[in-house]
Amino acid sequence: MSQPLIEIRNVSQTFRVKDGLFGKPRRIMAVDGVSLTLNAGDVIGVVGESGCGKSTLARVILGLQKPTAGEVLIDGKRLHDLSGKERARLIQPVFQDPFSSLNPRRRVRDIVGMPLVAQGGIPGSEVRSRVEAIMQRVGLDPAMGERLPAQLSGGQRQRVAIARALVLRPRIVVCDEPTSALDVSVQAQILNLLAELRRDFGLSYLFISHNLAVVEHVASEVAVMYLGRIVERNRSADLFHNPQHPYTKALLASVLTPEPGLGIPEIGLGDAMPDPSNVPPGCRFHPRCPVAISECATRAPVVTASQGGAVECHLVEAASV
Amino acid sequence: MTTNKIGLWLGAVIFVGIGLIALFAPLLAPQDPFQQDLTRRLLPPFWMDGHNPTYLLGTDQLGRDYFSRLIYGARISMMIGILTVIGSGVIGTAIGVVGGFYGGKVDDVVMFAITTRLSIPLILVALAIVSIVGSSTTVVVMTLGLLLWDRFAVVARVATMQVRTQDFVAAAWAAGCSHFHIVLREILPNILAPLAVVTTLEMALAILLEAALSFLGLGVPPPLPSWGLMIAEGKDYMFFSPWVITIPGVALCVLVFGINLLGDGLRDLLRTGRTT
Repeated sequence: MSQPLIEIRNVSQTFRVKDGLFGKPRRIMAVDGVSLTLNAGDVIGVVGESGCGKSTLARVILGLQKPTAGEVLIDGKRLHDLSGKERARLIQPVFQDPFSSLNPRRRVRDIVGMPLVAQGGIPGSEVRSRVEAIMQRVGLDPAMGERLPAQLSGGQRQRVAIARALVLRPRIVVCDEPTSALDVSVQAQILNLLAELRRDFGLSYLFISHNLAVVEHVASEVAVMYLGRIVERNRSADLFHNPQHPYTKALLASVLTPEPGLGIPEIGLGDAMPDPSNVPPGCRFHPRCPVAISECATRAPVVTASQGGAVECHLVEAASV
Repeated sequence: MTTNKIGLWLGAVIFVGIGLIALFAPLLAPQDPFQQDLTRRLLPPFWMDGHNPTYLLGTDQLGRDYFSRLIYGARISMMIGILTVIGSGVIGTAIGVVGGFYGGKVDDVVMFAITTRLSIPLILVALAIVSIVGSSTTVVVMTLGLLLWDRFAVVARVATMQVRTQDFVAAAWAAGCSHFHIVLREILPNILAPLAVVTTLEMALAILLEAALSFLGLGVPPPLPSWGLMIAEGKDYMFFSPWVITIPGVALCVLVFGINLLGDGLRDLLRTGRTT
């Protein structure tokens, strides 16, 4: 494995939001200096609260948004230099909500075949046979091709979205919370299908989720995001058994267990939602951190290697010196 | 069948019915609508005393068969209504979709165009154009078609902005589809429902505006039988022969009412998203 499949270098994405005509424009830091590599065959899980920039990161990697700073390399080529067609052959998305990710006015057959048609020059008979083959592979009856999305169940719709993502045989699939809109019973089916397809097609996933159990199940490596930055990154097993960053610890502690009588866990973070338009100075997690020291409020921590992963925390930094 | 469905069907029947009457006017009209007979002026319609069975709805001030003129008048109204919404619909949808799809500076230009158009008083501009180039059916259609696009643009723009943020559009981008494909296949089919409603409203408006312009003597030139023109020509006689304005007036009302019912019905039908 010479070069990583995806290399994200110091990517930032800020949005300017204006309150009314004469309002002062605010800058929202959705993603702030994120670096991440994905090797062929790996599954990187990205976890974090709502609004931490997970989905923005996914949109940047998919080329749907040009990052304000930094660059994304896919297979050694700059994402921004690729044409839409080239990009489509490398990387494809599966979105969260299978009700808004399928055009309600098009038939399943046309939705799945869209990436093939967009490539141009593929004869109609080949498009049809490839669409039928991929539908069968994801567990859909090709006869369903005639239906409209409204006539399918949530699980079937998500299978259609997966078929659309795989029909071009891409190398990377960005899954943005692919199961969180589904029933629990269907979630497992879709996760198993994704695992199977990864093996058979040699895919790599960037798997975004706020469901830690799902991430632990599918990911070989996990990145924890907080307010636009990756605060901890490690192999899945190490991160779940030996979390370093206080935020990761809090996230893991917040997972609901099916054991009766335990109640809702106390995570000790307070209820102050982080505001990406007003990022705190120093370590961005310090206002909510249960173990913050005075230094946290003034100086931003640097990335420190720890336990085989990377962490951004003063305490870890101090311990490693 | 719900009440809305009844409205939809009633509207459709009225609209299609008047459309068919307009289409087959030469076959349906019992008399020549331009044939004058000054010895038989202002004959009353069939439900009044002194009517002539040859003239079902009586005659006008020049002795022309009112029933035949009414049938031929449907042609003018339908033609102006349909041609106007085709012209203004294409212009407005194109402008609105481009603004909503590209956003930013392009949208600023589109919004400026829409507000400029909204600040122009419609009848006044129509009067000015007609007074410069003279009145004819073509001029009326062109003027209305080039002026009535504002609501199409507003609705298409907002609907496009709404559809554009949906994940299936993002999926189309990620699939490498061209802008043209995305607009045509992903966006347009999903904004047709609100546009269909606007189409009916604008058609009704265009028909009423034509009637208004013709009433002012600036629309369809005589002797063509436009419903608005018939009201205008009849207004001098309405004191003693009120039917000369009530008959075309009722026809106009029924047509506009039918189109509005059709629009409301379409809106309710398409809102639920049941297309099968």
